[in-house]
Amino acid sequence: MTPRWKVFVIAGLAMAVLAAAIYFPILRRRVRRAARLQQQSEVQARRELIQPVAVNPADPRVKTSLFWASDAGDSTLAPVTVELPLSRDPVPRSKQVLNTLLAGPVDAELRTLPPDAVLLGFYLLPDGTAIADFSEALATSIPSGIVSEQLAVDSITRTLEANVPQVQRLKILIHGQEAETLAGHLDLTGAFAVRSRQAQLPASQPLTAPSSEKPAVPTSDKPPASATGKLTPDKGPGKLSQPERKS
Amino acid sequence: MLLDVGNIVRIRLLSLFGTLSVVFTGAAMVVSSPAPSQTQQPAPGTPPPANPPAASPQGGMAGSAASPFSGQPQQGGLNIVVLDPAHGGTDPGARGTGGIRESDIVLDFAMQVRRALELQGFQVVQTRQGNEDPSFDDRSATANAQRGAVFITLHVSSTGLPGTVRVYVNSDLPPVTNANGLIPWDRAQAPFLGLSRKFGDLVQGLLAQRFKGSPDTSQTASVRQLRTTAAPAIAVEISSVTVDDRAQLDRMAPGVADAIARGTAAFKPTYIVPNVPGGLP
Repeated sequence: MTPRWKVFVIAGLAMAVLAAAIYFPILRRRVRRAARLQQQSEVQARRELIQPVAVNPADPRVKTSLFWASDAGDSTLAPVTVELPLSRDPVPRSKQVLNTLLAGPVDAELRTLPPDAVLLGFYLLPDGTAIADFSEALATSIPSGIVSEQLAVDSITRTLEANVPQVQRLKILIHGQEAETLAGHLDLTGAFAVRSRQAQLPASQPLTAPSSEKPAVPTSDKPPASATGKLTPDKGPGKLSQPERKS
Repeated sequence: MLLDVGNIVRIRLLSLFGTLSVVFTGAAMVVSSPAPSQTQQPAPGTPPPANPPAASPQGGMAGSAASPFSGQPQQGGLNIVVLDPAHGGTDPGARGTGGIRESDIVLDFAMQVRRALELQGFQVVQTRQGNEDPSFDDRSATANAQRGAVFITLHVSSTGLPGTVRVYVNSDLPPVTNANGLIPWDRAQAPFLGLSRKFGDLVQGLLAQRFKGSPDTSQTASVRQLRTTAAPAIAVEISSVTVDDRAQLDRMAPGVADAIARGTAAFKPTYIVPNVPGGLP
C-alpha cells in the first residue's frame, strides 16, 4: 500500500502539469507581447533620438527634388520640388533629404517607402560611398515584389543624386545589418550607383526606360559601369563590395 | 490533516509552477527554431547526394526525362528550361487582402508554363515542385548545373496595374575579369547579361501583345535571384496579388505560359551553348 502522501504528491504533480499546459499558451503570448513592446520602444527611442533633424535657421533654403511615385500609376517616379533649408555638409543634408522623403508626399498613395520606416543612421565614406541604415520597417512593411522594391530603392537613390552631389554609391543596411534582399527580391548585398545621367533626362522620362533606348542616350563624362542610369549593384572598393553569401 | 498536506504540496507546486513554465517555453523555442531547416535535410538512412548542385534538381526532375545526368546524348543548343516558382515554404512572398499568396500562384503558373514549354520540345527542370523554399543559391545552382539552359523565375507583385506582366533582367554587373575562365558565383550573371536582355525582350514583346498596359521591352532591376545564375536568366512578374478574385490571375496563366514558351523558342537559335556546364557563352 503506497503511503497517502505519495498519492497526494502524484496528484499534485499531475495537476501542476495540467495547469502548466493550460497556462503555457497564455505565458507565451505574454512573452511575445513583451518582446514586441520592447522592440517598439527601442525603435521609438531611436526615432526620438534621431528624428529631430537639425534644422539650422542659417541653412539656405534651396529647391529640393524629391522622387515619389508618379500619379500616372505606371510604377515610375516623378520629382516633386519643394523648398527646404538644407545643410551644406553632405551627411546632415542627406539625412534631411531622406527624412523628408520618408515623411512622404501630400498624397499618401504616391509613397514609395513605408510610413513607419525610420532612417537610423547615415554615413559617407571618403570614396563617395554612402551608407544608409534604415529601421526594419523598411523591409517588413514594404509591399513585396520586384516592381515595388525597385521603386523604393530608386526613390532613395534618385533623391540623393538630385540633392547631394557628393554621394556616388549607396549601400543600404537594415537595422545596422547587411541584408540579402529588401523584401525577398531586390538585391541589397552590393551598393547602388547613385550618380548617373538619369537626372539630366527630362522629368517625363520614365525611370524604367526600356533597355533598348539606352544606347541612344549620349555617353558623356560618366563611367560605363553606371552608364545605364539603373540601379547597378556597383561593387566598389572595400569590404562592402563583398556580398554575403549563404553557405 | 489531509487538507494541510494537500495545501502544502499545492503551494510548493505553485511556486515550482513558474519555473516549469519557463522551462517549457525554453524547450518550445529550442524545438521550434531548427524545425524548418530539418525539412531540407535528407531523411536519416538516405545516402547523401553525391553531387551537391544536383541535390535540388532531383526533386524537380522526378518523373521526367529532363535530367542531364541521365546519360542521354545531349544535342547542342538550348534544351533545358529551369523554371523557378519563387518563394515557398515559410516564405509566402506577396500576400493579397483576399488571402492570395504569391508562393501558391507561381507554382500553378509554373505547371502551365512547363506544359507549354514541353509542347515546344524543351525539357523543364523546376527549382521546387511543392511548398519548399530553396535558398537563392540553391535555385541558382539548379540552373548552373545544367548545360544549355535558360532560367526563368516567376513572381506575382503586390503593386502595379493588375493584368499586366513585366519581364526583368539583372542590372549591369561589373565585368568578369578572371583569367582562369571561371565565373565568380557572386556575379555569375555578368557574362550572360547581353543574352538575358535579348531573351527578356523577346518574352516581353509577346506578353505585351496579350496583356495591354505591359511594357514593350524588358526592364532592368537588381533581382537577387538572377545575379548568381550562370545562364540567360529573366524574372517574370505578374500584377498583382491585389485582385479581388484569384480567378483573375488564373485566367492570365495560359497567355503567360504561351508567351514564355514561344519567346524561349524564338531565343533558341541565338543562344550558342557553352561546352561546359555553367561555362562562358
